[in-house]
Amino acid sequence: MPSETLELDVTARLGAFDLKAALTLPMDGITAVFGPSGGGKTTLLRMIAGFETARGRIALRGEQWLDSTRRVDLPPHRRSVGCVFQDARLFGHLTVRGNLLYAARRARDGGASFDEVVAAVDLASLLSRRVAELSGGERQRVALARSLLTHASLLLLDEPMSALDTERKADILSYLEALSVPMLYVSHAVDEVALLAERTLVLADGRVRAFGATREILERLDIQSITGRFEAGTLVRARVVEHDSGYQLTILEVGGQRIVMPMSTRLAAGDFARVRVRARDVALATTRPQDLSIRNVLSGTLIDLVREADSPFAEALVEVGDQHLQARITRASADELGLSVGQNLYALVKSATFDQ
Amino acid sequence: MELGPIWLTAKLAGVTTLVLLALGTPLAWWLAHTRAAIKPAIEALTALPLVLPPTVLGFYLLILLHPGSVIGSLWVQATGDSLTFSFSGLVIASVVYSLPFMVQPLQTAFAAVGRAPLEAAASLRASPLDAFATVAVPLAARGFLTACVLTFAHTVGEFGVVLMVGGNIPDETRVVSIAIYEHVETLRYADAHVLSAGLLAFSFVVLLVVYSINRRFPVHAV
Repeated sequence: MPSETLELDVTARLGAFDLKAALTLPMDGITAVFGPSGGGKTTLLRMIAGFETARGRIALRGEQWLDSTRRVDLPPHRRSVGCVFQDARLFGHLTVRGNLLYAARRARDGGASFDEVVAAVDLASLLSRRVAELSGGERQRVALARSLLTHASLLLLDEPMSALDTERKADILSYLEALSVPMLYVSHAVDEVALLAERTLVLADGRVRAFGATREILERLDIQSITGRFEAGTLVRARVVEHDSGYQLTILEVGGQRIVMPMSTRLAAGDFARVRVRARDVALATTRPQDLSIRNVLSGTLIDLVREADSPFAEALVEVGDQHLQARITRASADELGLSVGQNLYALVKSATFDQ
Repeated sequence: MELGPIWLTAKLAGVTTLVLLALGTPLAWWLAHTRAAIKPAIEALTALPLVLPPTVLGFYLLILLHPGSVIGSLWVQATGDSLTFSFSGLVIASVVYSLPFMVQPLQTAFAAVGRAPLEAAASLRASPLDAFATVAVPLAARGFLTACVLTFAHTVGEFGVVLMVGGNIPDETRVVSIAIYEHVETLRYADAHVLSAGLLAFSFVVLLVVYSINRRFPVHAV
């Protein structure tokens, strides 16, 4: 019985840049590939797809795609992967329908039908358009639909949402989430990664810096020079308590305490929502503050504090019930407040800063 | 009006274009995609007919194809016919002479298509041959049209190589340009005028078509 994994143990050299990656990816759900540009994200995907010469081993569900010792190197069209390239790469001589049919005619059996995919990515009104008449966002949607129609065992998405507006992004993300196809999803937007991916792979300078559950990766303070301090933060699991339509707020429960966020009608009372809280939007207090505009004050325990020597900042990790919040404060205030691990304190979160 | 030379010219240009389409396409494809060190040498060889005097080409072709040569004698054994001063010999000479007019536009077109759409096709499970036929060729369609029209027209305008390899045999090697030369030599200016004006008009129309195509269908960045 072949294992449900993508096994990678590869090296590639492109000019002065080299990439080395050895890991086993479970073939379910979405794995985010994250890191600074030039870190090797696109190269890793191209190696898996077979577009970049690599040495080592690649095997999907036990099927050898690359094995340098046995001189196995399956050409791209025989590897069961669908690709969405950063630049869409639609065929300019075909209409939208022609592009989609190109994939459908060569697809493996099973998987979503033409009509299902067209409906999910909302392309019905564009089918007879020429590629040259499409906007950037429309092209990305067609490219996404085209790759879904191949019924590949694995989808490789290289920043497929970069040209989409927020609303459209949310629609397509929820569709991708519902698909049972495993995906490797390259992004440099932490928000996308946080909401979408079960696992995150952090790549920098051609090396794997971290690989694990998205929540854990985002909370790790030691790799935040890669994940980006400005965007640093944590994912919080919250239960929807109720909506306050008068004030247009949704009341959530996090770790047994209540917080409010701008009303989201997509959620119903009792639902669980993943909410991303950026470290720069969290302030800390040692006593419960009064008379503040900030509505969300959560009592918790300081479980980690990293002071960065050459920076004005310190990163603090606060446990609130079973959830974690990260706060980015100045080193000066950390010292002034006399913060130490294990101490009880209050995390102040601006209500307007939740992503979802 | 003499139709013999006109028909022969059209036949020679047509056959040459078809042969070059078959030979030039893979060569242009290879040149557009290879990273081999030998590429500049092959490109230079391909471009040689552009700069060499037709007499030089004709001279070497004569040496290569005459019945006493290896190729020429094999041909005589196989067909009972001589390659020099025959239509078949003219086709070979024209293929060499017009090679750059087929290969260069195609190479440019294939390079403009680039690897990106081919990778996209491969990711949609199209084999390399499938991707070539269904993606590269349609995207390079204008290059094909330009290459074929230029090859045809350039073969029609051939003179020196034909004179050296083919001579002046009616319905075998006596193409329009040779007929004009003969008319002028024998002072039959009226006949020379008719054929010359015809060739002038034809060449102008062909170039007009090529430039119109390039204007009417600007390349869309995809």
